[in-house]
Amino acid sequence: MKKSWGVRIWRWSIISVVGAYLMVPLYAMFDFSTKPFGFQDKGRTFRAWQIIPSQPDLMISIARSLITAAIVMSLILFLIVPTAIWVHLKLPLLRRPFELLCLLPLAIPAIVIVVGIAPLYRWISIHLTESPITLSGVYSMLILPYTYRSLSAALDAVDIHTLAEAARTLGANTSRVIFGIIMPTIKTGIINGSFIAIALVMGEFTISNILNYKTFQVVIAQIGRTNGNVAVAVSLASILFVLILLLAIPTKKRQGKVLDVDLV
Amino acid sequence: MSSSTYVQLVDLAKYFGKVRALDGLSLDIAQGELVALLGPSGCGKTTALRALAGLQELDRGQLIVDGKDVTFQNANKRGMGMVFQAYSLFPHMTARENVEYGLKLKAHKTAGDKRKARSAELLDLVGLSTHANHYPHQLSGGQQQRVALARALAISPKVLLLDEPLSALDAKVRTQLREEIRRIQMELGTTTLFVTHDQEEALSIADRVGVMRNGQLEQIAAPSELYDRPKTSFVAEFVGLTNPISGKVSGGSIEILGSVVKTLPGSVTSGTGIALVRPESLDVVANNSGNGKVAAASFLGASCRLNITMNDGTKVTAQLPSLDAAGIGAGASVSVSLLDMPVFVKAAG
Repeated sequence: MKKSWGVRIWRWSIISVVGAYLMVPLYAMFDFSTKPFGFQDKGRTFRAWQIIPSQPDLMISIARSLITAAIVMSLILFLIVPTAIWVHLKLPLLRRPFELLCLLPLAIPAIVIVVGIAPLYRWISIHLTESPITLSGVYSMLILPYTYRSLSAALDAVDIHTLAEAARTLGANTSRVIFGIIMPTIKTGIINGSFIAIALVMGEFTISNILNYKTFQVVIAQIGRTNGNVAVAVSLASILFVLILLLAIPTKKRQGKVLDVDLV
Repeated sequence: MSSSTYVQLVDLAKYFGKVRALDGLSLDIAQGELVALLGPSGCGKTTALRALAGLQELDRGQLIVDGKDVTFQNANKRGMGMVFQAYSLFPHMTARENVEYGLKLKAHKTAGDKRKARSAELLDLVGLSTHANHYPHQLSGGQQQRVALARALAISPKVLLLDEPLSALDAKVRTQLREEIRRIQMELGTTTLFVTHDQEEALSIADRVGVMRNGQLEQIAAPSELYDRPKTSFVAEFVGLTNPISGKVSGGSIEILGSVVKTLPGSVTSGTGIALVRPESLDVVANNSGNGKVAAASFLGASCRLNITMNDGTKVTAQLPSLDAAGIGAGASVSVSLLDMPVFVKAAG
């Protein structure tokens, strides 16, 4: 059946409004980043984009932030997800306390967390390493509320008890049950939780800045103080980069096969 | 232990706080037999099944399968195929992948080609070979349970455990699937324990039916014997319908509705007792000077059910072939007598 014109117009107007809401700021950033900023430039120029690679600390900070995000991701996959599954499956009495614990970082302002952990990181930078990658520790705590909520919702949506028991009677051990059956079943929740986590890690500023670590956002802020056009160009580039990353992640099945490995 | 005993549940006990889910349950199952455990909810039948699967720890007792003590063996090493009440297919796998899952694991490792052949064979057995590449969400409830059955059978289980697999399905599919379960079970000769609260289901497909109550087995017998010769009043009242009619017991007989019939073993032996009479054990004929009046009549197709108020105020239900009940409607005067079948008599009061 053909949709009526009214419905179509309504649909397209919603899409246009939302599209404009999302795209106009991006265009504005692009516009700003291609404005002339030196005496020698006229009209449009891509100089701000061209000099991105030569910015001090920028490339290394991007690499560091990506590594940190990867570490946080693997902590989610191999620590938080199995723990959440275990609590849901075997320790139902611990569900409330565990949930409360995971929501705690949301209730504590970032600045309070920084003050609390500053001595720890001072010790780490004196005795172990000064690498900003160590921030993955505090980040994996910060992301808990978001990751846990999406995991918990996904776990509640399926009857994981029956699935786990079915797998066990067929001969699966605990690690296979968790990694081969339950994780693929709740993969949407895991992916959602991980994206939120990556976004948070790539965008975090307060903690790294106060602790004096040169992460991506800190370096962008630094560049912004000397050259606005370059800072905006870098920001736009990072947004596009994440967008491409999102599109590159396969949305169709087969997550299961990758995760279906025997760990024990 | 008889030579053909394959599965033995010995004196199983499981307490959840004060609730006695299993309280000294013992049960022997012969090889290739289909035993159904029947009982009201909370009687411990599912606990018994889960204990045999290894999904429920026991407080006491012993489980022996094929001569081996499996009481403390892990569920993933027991080789039991189980079909659950709730839909339990792995949602990220197709029907075929679900069936093959057990064969990929260490316990039942099978080479790729054989695995494919086996899953195809089983999907064919449950009549779903055309749905092999469907995901669970693309299958109906009945189809999902068929795949679950194929998955459980794929590992050639020592015992097939069915935990109310039909209770989530609608009536028509349920009847169809239970007959299919029986056909497949007979075809493969798989020893099967079937748990249900639906007596029709249990009576229609099991070799033997065990009636459970408060964590114990009240009686286990072939369906017809269970129905015709109950050993306790609980079994008599739980399986099928009964009319409680009081009468005088003496010398192994009871006098009710003007006839004397034999009492079953386990009945009250003297004094006043209440006979538990099956609706089809009552003979009803139209008679203007009869001993009762029809309060309501319902036509059930091949048979007819009559609710009759006796002259002394007792209400009974009779069921007789529709042909015999022709012309007997609500308000008709009838005479009710007893067919000569032994009845179970429980103590009065």
